[in-house]
Amino acid sequence: MNNTFLNEDILLKVEKPARYIGNEPNMCVKNPDNVEIRIGLCFPDVYEIGMSNIGIQIIYELFNRREDTYCERVFSPWHDLDKIMREKSIPLFTLESQSPVRDMNMLGFSMGYEMCYTNVLQVLDLSGIPLYSKDRSEDDPIIFGGGTCTYNPEPIADFFDFLYIGEAETRYDEVLDLYKKYRHDKRRFLREVSHVDGIYVPSLYSVQYNQDGTIKSFTPKYEDVPSIIKRQVVTDMDSVRFIDKPIVPFIKVTQDRVVLEIMRGCIRGCRFCQAGMIYRPLREHSLEYLKDYAVKMLELTGADEISLSSLSSSDFSRIEELLAFLIDYTSVKKINISLPSLRIDSFSLDVMNKVQDVKKSSLTFAAEAGTQRLRDVINKGITENDILSGSLDAFRGGWNKVKMYFMLGLPTETAEDRDGIGDLCEKIAETYFSIPKEQRVGKVQIQASSSFFVPKPFTPFQWASMFSADEYKNMAGQVKDHIREQLNQKCIKYAWHDPDVSVLEGVFARGDRKLSELIETAYHLGCMYDAWSDSFRPDLWEKAFEICGLSPAFYNRERKLDEILPWDFIDIGVKKEFLIREWNNALNGVITPNCRQQCSGCGARMFEGGVCFENKN
Amino acid sequence: MKIRIKFSKHGNTKYVGHLDIMRYFQKAMRRADIPIRYSEGFSPHQVMSFAAPLGIGIESDSEYLDIEVTDSIDSSEAIKRLNSVMCEGIKIIEWKQLPDNSKTAMSQVASADYFVLCECNDISPLDKAEILVEKETKSGELKQVDIKPMLYSVKKTEGGLLMHVAQGSSGNLKPETVMKALRIDEYHIIRKAIYDISGLTL
Ligand code: SF4
Repeated sequence: MNNTFLNEDILLKVEKPARYIGNEPNMCVKNPDNVEIRIGLCFPDVYEIGMSNIGIQIIYELFNRREDTYCERVFSPWHDLDKIMREKSIPLFTLESQSPVRDMNMLGFSMGYEMCYTNVLQVLDLSGIPLYSKDRSEDDPIIFGGGTCTYNPEPIADFFDFLYIGEAETRYDEVLDLYKKYRHDKRRFLREVSHVDGIYVPSLYSVQYNQDGTIKSFTPKYEDVPSIIKRQVVTDMDSVRFIDKPIVPFIKVTQDRVVLEIMRGCIRGCRFCQAGMIYRPLREHSLEYLKDYAVKMLELTGADEISLSSLSSSDFSRIEELLAFLIDYTSVKKINISLPSLRIDSFSLDVMNKVQDVKKSSLTFAAEAGTQRLRDVINKGITENDILSGSLDAFRGGWNKVKMYFMLGLPTETAEDRDGIGDLCEKIAETYFSIPKEQRVGKVQIQASSSFFVPKPFTPFQWASMFSADEYKNMAGQVKDHIREQLNQKCIKYAWHDPDVSVLEGVFARGDRKLSELIETAYHLGCMYDAWSDSFRPDLWEKAFEICGLSPAFYNRERKLDEILPWDFIDIGVKKEFLIREWNNALNGVITPNCRQQCSGCGARMFEGGVCFENKN
Repeated sequence: MKIRIKFSKHGNTKYVGHLDIMRYFQKAMRRADIPIRYSEGFSPHQVMSFAAPLGIGIESDSEYLDIEVTDSIDSSEAIKRLNSVMCEGIKIIEWKQLPDNSKTAMSQVASADYFVLCECNDISPLDKAEILVEKETKSGELKQVDIKPMLYSVKKTEGGLLMHVAQGSSGNLKPETVMKALRIDEYHIIRKAIYDISGLTL
């Protein structure tokens, strides 16, 4: 009979106790006494979010495949339990064996977004582990991390013993073998592990600053420590092993379905998009692999839904065959398909027609900008004609709901571009009314929403300026006013994101090491779950900036091309020269072809795989 | 073809609520490849219903769920297949075919046995002709209700109390309410059996 770390009183008091009990079907069970390495694997958010992340499932399997290792999950306790744990000094625990996190040899964080940083501190704090790497002793677990936002690891550098830059499948075995060898000497271990490709040990580097706060130098402290960290990449996607035992959560998680990763990377090169750069080159799975994987995962989880995951699924070269197979298979097995980001054309409309209830589903266009000029600046290869003719086809097919996504505060953006958003929505509405009345189904509903552009490292826009929250509010206000002036404004709804969150995200995205102190200060003031709008406290963050003598404006200013950027020491494959070229192309409104039309020599070819070698010998 | 499945729910799974247990079994049916029947329509769902929802924190020796299958499978084979995909704490005990015209488990439930693990030396407060307990109504008011008619029997046993209470739509007495009448706060409940109107287990 199993047991729980928390007692019954507490479990019956908190919301969704099943978040904390483990024991789900397919959970990995080992005797902790019979392994050499115990690892806590943490997604620093609540269970339902963490269990929806495929990265966590992949790494969980990767570690547990080793006989000498037991990897157990750790998530952020929700506010209610957090409070009880602090009041009663209850330490944080793992789900599998329900043991204290402190008993682990290593604790790894998978971080998908910047707004989870205060939750990293929550987990360390509740576990009774000192927050700063320098304050930890030999008895504390080794704290490491990886994930999308660690491509600029500097804001959290002081908390981590090491960070893994790149795709997990390639180097962790080496890291664990080294741990076994040097487990009784943390300093020696960190020094040795710094020689492994893709591993960054922040404490082995020193940063000097200029008078104005920019970086003067960033150098390894010792000769044997590499000055450049190379991102790790899987070249042959089909070499990635299937997940043998996918955990099936009891409670409904955000992604309550099988997620089929069809490829990594993207050929498009939108200039604002970090994923489009840091995952280059595009690497596809074979059709056979994906068919097998889909069937196996559906059988092993019993899920009633499957979705495809990639940055731009229409670019998958075998998408038609894959969807045809899935539609056949799932209709027999009564399984739903949730469709990914497909370009709207006759093929995708046909597929949507087969797998969704047309009356309920909507079309989605990520136009990102309101005018063609600005879409050229950001290299978003979608034209007004694409949107209007796609909508017309869909309206004729019975659709009447359209979702439009835009960004505000893009480089070179003017009032005219912002007005373009309302104009474009109006044209879509007019397209709807251009079809004969008897073919229309009710009213057309257009939902436009905008987020505020956040410049991200390793994109051509990494030098761009951000704006203040007030300026963002004005921009959104202008868009709204212009929409209200349209003839069919009643059919158009408009919403925008919280600009305070975007400003803070901007600070972390391009932040330096000085921010570790800011994050710690904000955490002690009470910031946690910043990614949740109900929990986000801009007032406390403002106070933290004040206490630390830092300002968002410094981080969100336009960067100079010759400035040393905090993340320059990481080589993601795509080269800085390419990004500069693209930044200039953007300012000149020159578009760049996608990888399949013509290689632009971004640098990612050095990984020797993927789209860079398609149709070439 | 109608099938009734009996299962037990122990250990950590007592913290898994009723709705989650439903989703758990829907997925388990697919994992075990049970030829379960689906409803018609645009988003078909499995034909499945439970006898009586079990509150969070309560364990059980006998839970029932009804399904329909499109093909017949050997009972022991079905039990084996389902048990191979269960998590620790949930165990399939029976798989039996029901007559086509049989009513759902839910509508058959009339009473249940509970074992309440607790320290209790005196059950005389339950001997009175009327046992009044304060209960909150749906509108949030407090009301005195007499639970005596729904408490069919109660006796002391090794380690706690064994009680037989009304269960189902025409009268439902929670063991927690009985414990309240006894003014005992610390206890642990296990559902032992569920009966129909004629006193037979489902
Ligand atoms: S090297 Fe060329 S083909 Fe390869 S990712 Fe870069 S631009 Fe695309």
